[in-house]
Amino acid sequence: MTTTRRGFIGGAIGAALATGTAEAGTTKHFEGHPGRYGLLHDTTLCVGCRSCEVACKEVNDLPPVEGPVDDPQVFDTTRRTTETSLTVVNKYVEATDDAPPVYRKLQCMHCNEPCCATVCLVHAFEKTPEGPVLYHPELCMGCRYCVMACPYYALAYEYEDPLTPKVMRCTMCYDRIKEGKLPSCAEACPTGAITFGDREELIGVAHERIRKHPGRYVNHIFGEHEFGGTSWMVLAGESFGELGLDEGVTSEPLPAIATSYLGVVPLVVTIYPGLLMGMYAFSKRHEAVAKAEREDAVAKAVETTEEEGQKKIAAAAVRAAKDKQRAVDMAVKKALAEAEKGGES
Amino acid sequence: MSDVTVDAVPAAVKTGWLTPFNIITGIILVGGAIILGLRFTQGLAATTNLSNTYPWGLWIGFDVMSGVALAAGGFITSSAVYLFGMKEYKPVVRAALLTGFLGYFLVVLGLLADLGRPWRLPYPFIRSAGPTSPLFEVSLCVALYLTVLLIESTPAAFEWLGLKKFRKIVGSMTIALTIFGLILSTMHQSTLGAMFMVAPTRLHPLWYSGHIPVHFFVSAVAAGLSMVIVEGMISHRAFHHQVEITDEHFQGINFGLAKAASVALAIYFSIKVIALAIEDEWSLLGTGWGAYWLFEVLGFVLLPCVLFAVGYRERRLPVVRVAAVITVIGIMLNRFNITFIAFNWNNPTAETYIPNWMEIWVTVAFITFAVVVFRWIANRMPIMYEHPDWKGVH
Repeated sequence: MTTTRRGFIGGAIGAALATGTAEAGTTKHFEGHPGRYGLLHDTTLCVGCRSCEVACKEVNDLPPVEGPVDDPQVFDTTRRTTETSLTVVNKYVEATDDAPPVYRKLQCMHCNEPCCATVCLVHAFEKTPEGPVLYHPELCMGCRYCVMACPYYALAYEYEDPLTPKVMRCTMCYDRIKEGKLPSCAEACPTGAITFGDREELIGVAHERIRKHPGRYVNHIFGEHEFGGTSWMVLAGESFGELGLDEGVTSEPLPAIATSYLGVVPLVVTIYPGLLMGMYAFSKRHEAVAKAEREDAVAKAVETTEEEGQKKIAAAAVRAAKDKQRAVDMAVKKALAEAEKGGES
Repeated sequence: MSDVTVDAVPAAVKTGWLTPFNIITGIILVGGAIILGLRFTQGLAATTNLSNTYPWGLWIGFDVMSGVALAAGGFITSSAVYLFGMKEYKPVVRAALLTGFLGYFLVVLGLLADLGRPWRLPYPFIRSAGPTSPLFEVSLCVALYLTVLLIESTPAAFEWLGLKKFRKIVGSMTIALTIFGLILSTMHQSTLGAMFMVAPTRLHPLWYSGHIPVHFFVSAVAAGLSMVIVEGMISHRAFHHQVEITDEHFQGINFGLAKAASVALAIYFSIKVIALAIEDEWSLLGTGWGAYWLFEVLGFVLLPCVLFAVGYRERRLPVVRVAAVITVIGIMLNRFNITFIAFNWNNPTAETYIPNWMEIWVTVAFITFAVVVFRWIANRMPIMYEHPDWKGVH
């Protein structure tokens, strides 16, 4: 899926849009490249000799194992892969009277749909058609999102390196398998606990072992379906939870879960401008309407006041005219009365 | 410096630079620079407690995750004033935008310290794009939004410098910038949460949710509003001589922000509970992690929600301010929980992450740097008040 998505890379925003729609709208299922390799770790055969650790360090030019390889104290703590130990073997179940201890080898699982590749913002990871997930340090910014995202705690970082730190992880010995050789750990394993081959065939082998020895194995291959499946797969006689693996996780690939939200992003970009301009227009309109109403009210108030004033003036005029008339009448009356008086005397 | 602002320079600046404030900030900044020097000569291992199991620590949990959320006040207040016509909030917009710009600047500084090879910061855009990554979207949005915030902060600088022509040009872009800022903020505030969707097994199920992008966005709204109140609480006192609005107007703004924050927190609380119900995780509340989750959600979401409502209703500014401080602490707690506390909750190794003193020092130095820059700008440019030539203009 990751390799096919490379085709989308173009203009930054355009690519982001394309990703969103591709995630949201696809109904096709990519089964993975046919004939890709895988490895099967049969923990019932593992004796904790750590030959795989030694071989891995040699092949990758990493500092050798500290202390004697057969030092049993190593198993007192649960270790994880580091920038100098790309694979480690832990003891998960102590020996009992009738059963040997149980060990499990940890390393990059080389997911069918690797989330390290999905979350990398510079596309520094690549799922090869052969199966291994490769890392390109020449692109890496060192954000360590891949280290954070890995559900198997398999990625490590060179924190000691101030200027050119790299992500360190198992490469499934990509160069060796291209030459037709075995991965170094599979070659070094003295008990046959590690089997390398075509992934589909390995699944067949694993099911066959479970069928032949039902008492020996739990009827499950860890990595066949977990988070979309992995190249490294594990067989166990105990529950996988006891071996430090997340039991019963979904078969949905992590990248699909991780990017499901990104489909919303193009909607925000397209819907928001119109929506927000609409809201802006509403608030402007609201203002304009309020202003118009205010002006209207003021105008009306002025009008009423003026009308009332006119009426008052008119009334006052009438009253004044009346008063005047009355005064005239009074004066006339008075004059007439005085004239009458004068006439009498 | 223009004539207008000379009077605004506080006495401390006039009487030499050896003030207690300057000495303390100087020590913090020089110390931070030394530690950063160490980081780029000895590596992240020498200066941080980061590990293969905890690849993200304080510099991501605080500087990036909390910094972006707390800087949300810029887009919220500018949208309220310029898009929704809530003009009474205009006196706080400039300070909120400047806080936002400095907040995002801190995000970039934090990233430069934390990235293994920070000089490759432009790689996603110029060399090799990984558009399937939520982080790709976040970095694109942050780069664009930092530019938007820079332009939105320039009017104060242009007014200060008397560049009327430039001031007019950026003024005419206000609406477009505000809308663009709101789009970018919606996208990256939520996508910061979406970054954790890749870790359903590593992040504790009480914090993990399919809705985590929405949780991040809504909590960022509450955090941004609270940060405007907190920033106002400090700057209103520090720059009191510059403030033009009446105390009543200022209090009214705070009560309005409190009401909005109360609603945002109520929504946030509801969607957190809904996530619990959808994923049927009630039984987890009985565990130790459940008690811790309740501590966060009741103590730092529901409590400030109620306090904001009470403070608004009773018109009590101190209550509003307490609620704002609790919300700001709560958002940091939430981002820390998601980045490195409830992360790796079922870690197969016994390892835990506690930031070392150098990580804390650098973070404090970045905040100090932002405060110094804010102070320098606010002492010179019209941030807390309106420039007399531009009163009532966008």
